[in-house]
Amino acid sequence: MSQDKPSNNHYYRSLTRKLILIVIVVSFAPMILVSGVIFDQFREFYKEKVYAHLQVLVRKHQRTIDNFLNEKMNDIRFLAKSSGLGELQSEPFLRQRLDTLQLAYGAVFEDLGVINDQGVQIAYAGPFGLANAQYSEADWFKKATQTQYFISDVFLGLRGLPHFIVAVRQNTERGPWILRATIDFAAFNNLVTSIRIGKTGFAFILNRRAELQTQPLFDILPSRETYLNLIKNGKSLDKDVHIFERKDELGKKNIYVSAFLKNGDWLLIYQQKASDALADLYRSQFIAIAIFLVGGIAIIVMALVLSRRMVSKIAVADREKEMMNQQVIETGKLASVGELAAGIAHEINNPVAIMVEEAGWIQDLLEEEEFRPSQNLDEFQRALKQINTQGKRCKEITHKLLSFARKTDPKKQVIQLNEVIDDMVELSFQRAKYSNVIIHTDLDSDLPLIEASQTEMQQVFLNLINNALDAMEKKGGAIDIASRWNASHVEIDVSDNGPGIAAANLARIFDPFFTTKPVGKGTGLGLSICYGIIKKMGGEIDVNSVVDVGTKFRIRIPANY
Amino acid sequence: MARINVLLVDDETPFVETMTKRLTKRDLRIVAAYSGEEALKELAKHSEIEVVILDVKMPVMDGIQALKEIKKRYPLIEVIMLTGHATVESAIEGMKWGAFDYLMKPCDIDKLVSKAAEAAAKKRQHEEKIIQARLKEITARRA
Repeated sequence: MSQDKPSNNHYYRSLTRKLILIVIVVSFAPMILVSGVIFDQFREFYKEKVYAHLQVLVRKHQRTIDNFLNEKMNDIRFLAKSSGLGELQSEPFLRQRLDTLQLAYGAVFEDLGVINDQGVQIAYAGPFGLANAQYSEADWFKKATQTQYFISDVFLGLRGLPHFIVAVRQNTERGPWILRATIDFAAFNNLVTSIRIGKTGFAFILNRRAELQTQPLFDILPSRETYLNLIKNGKSLDKDVHIFERKDELGKKNIYVSAFLKNGDWLLIYQQKASDALADLYRSQFIAIAIFLVGGIAIIVMALVLSRRMVSKIAVADREKEMMNQQVIETGKLASVGELAAGIAHEINNPVAIMVEEAGWIQDLLEEEEFRPSQNLDEFQRALKQINTQGKRCKEITHKLLSFARKTDPKKQVIQLNEVIDDMVELSFQRAKYSNVIIHTDLDSDLPLIEASQTEMQQVFLNLINNALDAMEKKGGAIDIASRWNASHVEIDVSDNGPGIAAANLARIFDPFFTTKPVGKGTGLGLSICYGIIKKMGGEIDVNSVVDVGTKFRIRIPANY
Repeated sequence: MARINVLLVDDETPFVETMTKRLTKRDLRIVAAYSGEEALKELAKHSEIEVVILDVKMPVMDGIQALKEIKKRYPLIEVIMLTGHATVESAIEGMKWGAFDYLMKPCDIDKLVSKAAEAAAKKRQHEEKIIQARLKEITARRA
């Protein structure tokens, strides 16, 4: 046994490991799958939502800004068309026009100027005193002369402040001239910087060279490459809003939403950190992961505890099974020994009978006349008597052995205990009569049927009755047998008014081989067999005895049928 | 009383032989048989047999079977069972099937003789009664 222990421990440990592994895998696999799939779907859905929202927002602003620019352009165009060059050349008129525009739009229009085809500002209204300023070399002027309507990029210009110009070219017979208006940078800038979402969402405008046209709220320089790529790849006439994600130089994911303005000259870019835009998503992701972790830990702890407990139970069951096997083997051995003994006892009985008969025959012959005078006749007869006596002793022994080892029929059947008791009382009647004992029965006619082995129950009652008869052999007396039914048990009392059992012996009467009968008279097995039978049925047998008053055995058998 | 006619049945030859001698010496007329089948044959041959002493445990046809057969064919013949082992069952079973009594082997010879005498007396009494009854019947018929 002790040698088995290490390998057994190893076995149980590997069993524990396997159980833990199985429980964990089986619990985690569906959890990961389900939560993964659901979360992935949720993320896609949520992203789509956020993207759609951002696209709508940017598209709205794209229109607003385009409208703003178109409006300003239309104002200037209207001015150029409605008033001739002559009118516009007069500065008071120009100033009056500027006032009107400023009245309508606030300080959006900073100044107005008329420039001739030589690039000289021939009339000017505004705060900077730029009359006769020379623009012939200015970038915007060159472009403005080529198209009828022109909106410049933001630049510092002569005044050294960021602004941009809206210019309308008019052709007359005396050559083209240009009406230009400066749009206040701050007013325009507000349009864009007002696009703010979350903590990191902001917008700005770039021109085709990726130069900032508005003042971004945050530093965007690190991502300049990205913007250039964007502009290069974008089709200038594409009115659509594009959305994409890209990592910036710091390794953070950003969401970019871009839309072209001003017929593709400018690019409106909305930029937001993904972590900010999808903050809700990330928060739920965090909660999900937290739940997953906590659940995972719970599963692991449960797997550990449960597996250990289960394996320890299995170990206990294994040990019990082993013990049971041992017992079964022992019982089997005993049974085969019993059968062997029965066989031998029976086989011995016949030769002994023959021997006794032969001795008897010799005895018969010695009766004949011819042997009468023999001197040793008495001696012969004594010897033959001895053979006879010893033969009888052999018979006794084999009979006891047989009745002990006799095959009982442990097959259970439905029986009425009252009938068994009656049978056994009848069987003992003759013997009781000779011992001067009266057997009285008081049997409950409502006794339920029980499931038991008929032969075993016979054995129990016969043993008890025989014991009582043995005890009262000399003086006689009475045996009372009563059966009762109390709800869950069948109760049978077998009482006598014999000499009783000494207190010292009372505790040992159910022990095997304990007997108070003279040597050769009792085997000491009767009551222990009764005890075994009753216990096997889940019942109880106990004894109450007072010396010189009597003994009462009480049997309680659960009514299991 | 006239000599009693007994059929002794046991598969143990020496036992039967010795018993035959001893019982003959005690004025019983013995017919021996060594199996159940043989016992039935002997009974067919010897109509004078009154009592059968029958061993319970025999090969092929055991005592109980033989007893049933004997009682079926010759209901008046009394049977004393000899049992090798005293079990409640075989005793009850034998008595149930109409055995006169049972004795345990090895048994006291005098006890066996007296049982045989009792059995024979019972049988003769039965026969007597039957004869009486028939006589009565016949006389009644005449009257």
